[in-house]
Order: sequence, then structure tokens, then C-alpha cells
Amino acid sequence: MNADLSVKTSVKDVIPTLFGYIGVGIAYGVVAQTAHLSLLTISLLCLIVYAGSAQFAITTMLVGSSPISAIILSTFLINSRMILMSTSMAQYFKRDSLVKNIQIGTLITDETFALGMNKVAVTKGKLSPVWFNTANVIAYLVWWFACLVGALSGKLVADPKSLGLDFAVVAMFIGLLYLQMIGDRRRKLRVQLEVILIVSSSLFILGRFVNPEIALLSATIIGCLGGMVVEKWA
Amino acid sequence: MGINTYILLTILGCGLVTWLSRVIPFILVKNFVLPTNLIKLLSFVPVAIMTALVIQNILIFKIGSWPSVNWLNFGAAIPTIISAFISKSLLIIVIIGIISMALLRFIL
Repeated sequence: MNADLSVKTSVKDVIPTLFGYIGVGIAYGVVAQTAHLSLLTISLLCLIVYAGSAQFAITTMLVGSSPISAIILSTFLINSRMILMSTSMAQYFKRDSLVKNIQIGTLITDETFALGMNKVAVTKGKLSPVWFNTANVIAYLVWWFACLVGALSGKLVADPKSLGLDFAVVAMFIGLLYLQMIGDRRRKLRVQLEVILIVSSSLFILGRFVNPEIALLSATIIGCLGGMVVEKWA
Repeated sequence: MGINTYILLTILGCGLVTWLSRVIPFILVKNFVLPTNLIKLLSFVPVAIMTALVIQNILIFKIGSWPSVNWLNFGAAIPTIISAFISKSLLIIVIIGIISMALLRFIL
């Protein structure tokens, strides 16, 4: 990854994350097809909701005929981490127009957020709407395409699991986390490791008592607060 | 199951809350000056949230009992982490991750 913020570089930067979208997207398509959702329903979920783990939850709840309000509340809980990510990312686009901010926010995901933060570390704090929008739109289209491929192939092709594709998204976050740690020169490595330790142990403890979405959100906030404390001491 | 009002309303509602979660922070941050302490707090979000996302895939969570290890994901994570140290390239890390998982499934 270099400091260039053009369309061309953005295409190059986003490629590794596409494996994650393809792996999870195909898996989602297979699940949605098994749940007898039509291709139109699957497409609308991909294009309007556009959120991996929420789409899995919505599909399960639709099959179970859950009340609409319950499905919407679950979706909000699962996606509430977006509020943290968007707030954190928005600071790099304060000088860009409101329309550009809304464009970026509309298609931001865990993956493009993490990629953007990696990029910030390389460019020393600069990001461009054109770089972010390019990455976002490519991710959006690839996600839709992968979900459709999964839905169409169904049981015909090999299980994406046997190909190891389902692990692509985990590998991607491991990579993005590591690159984030070594890329961010403004912060001591020790402080970052301490934040990782705080988040992991909070998640471990919270996991016993609350549902995964609330655990993830709380552990992240505890990690941020903990980071402020340990940095003061460091 | 074809599309009906129930499904359509669900998708629109879920789409709306997700979109608002994504976009409102951008609008607020653009129009208001955030306190320095909040900015400092937010600077830890990337590492914290990525850690949480990784751990959630390495452990298996169930309310009422302590999380257990997802040994398959844990096993595939080790070569993935090593490849991160060596290559520092996201593409290589992801490919090694996929191959590790495929191999583990093939062997086990």
C-alpha cells in the first residue's frame, strides 16, 4: 500500500479484501437459497441493507416469521458498531462536502473502514472521497455478485467451506489489524497490544453474559477507554 | 418464498436503520466540533474493533457459559499471523489464510 489516493490505487488497495466479500457472500447466498428466499429478495437485501452478519440474522428471522419490529431491532444492534466506525472515519472528511460525506457513509463497511484506517496510517492522515468511494462501490458490487453466485449455485458447486473461502474474512481482519498496528507510527506498539488485551479479555467475560453484538460493542468501547488510560501512563 | 409486503417492509426498515447508523455520524462530525477527549477515544476504535471482530471468529460464544475455542479457525489463524509478520501484504495474508483453512479441512 502506498500514499497515492487515485481511483487506480484504490482498485489495487481493495483487491485483497474482495476475497472476504466473495467467501462470505457465497456462503450467504447458499444459506438464503436454502431458506427459499427469491433472487429478488436476496438482491434487495444485498443492495438495501448491505451488511453481512445482519443479512444472515434477517434471513433466519424471516424464515421464523419474526415480527418486523424484532428483525429491525436486531439489525440495529448488529450494525450499531457502524456508528463507532463512521464517527471515527468521518473526521478525515470534515472538509469535504456533505454530499460526499453521505456517499462515503452510505457504503462504508467493516472492511472498507479497516482498509481506510490502514490507508490513513500510510498517508499520514489523508484520505480522499474518490479513493474511498471507489473502494466502497467495488466492494458493494462484488458483495451483491457473490451473494447471487452463492444463491444460484446452491448445492451444485462445492461447499465454499471446503475451499477455505469462509476463512478469508477472518484472515483479512487479522491482516488489517496487524498492518494497522505496525502502520500507525503515532502510537506505541505497547499501547496497541494493551488495547488488544483489554478488548479480548472484556469480550471473553462479556460473552458469557450478553449477546454477541452487545459484547462486541461494549468490548470495543472498553478497549478505547482502556487505551486512553494506558496511553496516559505509558 | 417470493417477495411480499412482510419481506419488503422488513428489508426497507432494516435498510433504513443500517443506513442511518452509517450516515448520521458523518453528518454530525461534519457540523460539530468534537471534544478532544472524544477524538482521542475514537482513535482507538480501529484496533479495538478489529480485535473484537477477530476474537469473535476465534472463540465460540454462548450465553451462560465461558467462550470456548473454535479450534479450526484458531489453527488456520496461526499460519495467517505468521504470514502477516513475514509478508506485510494483505493479499498474501488472505491467500495464506484461505489455503490454511482448506488444508486443515482436508487433513482433519
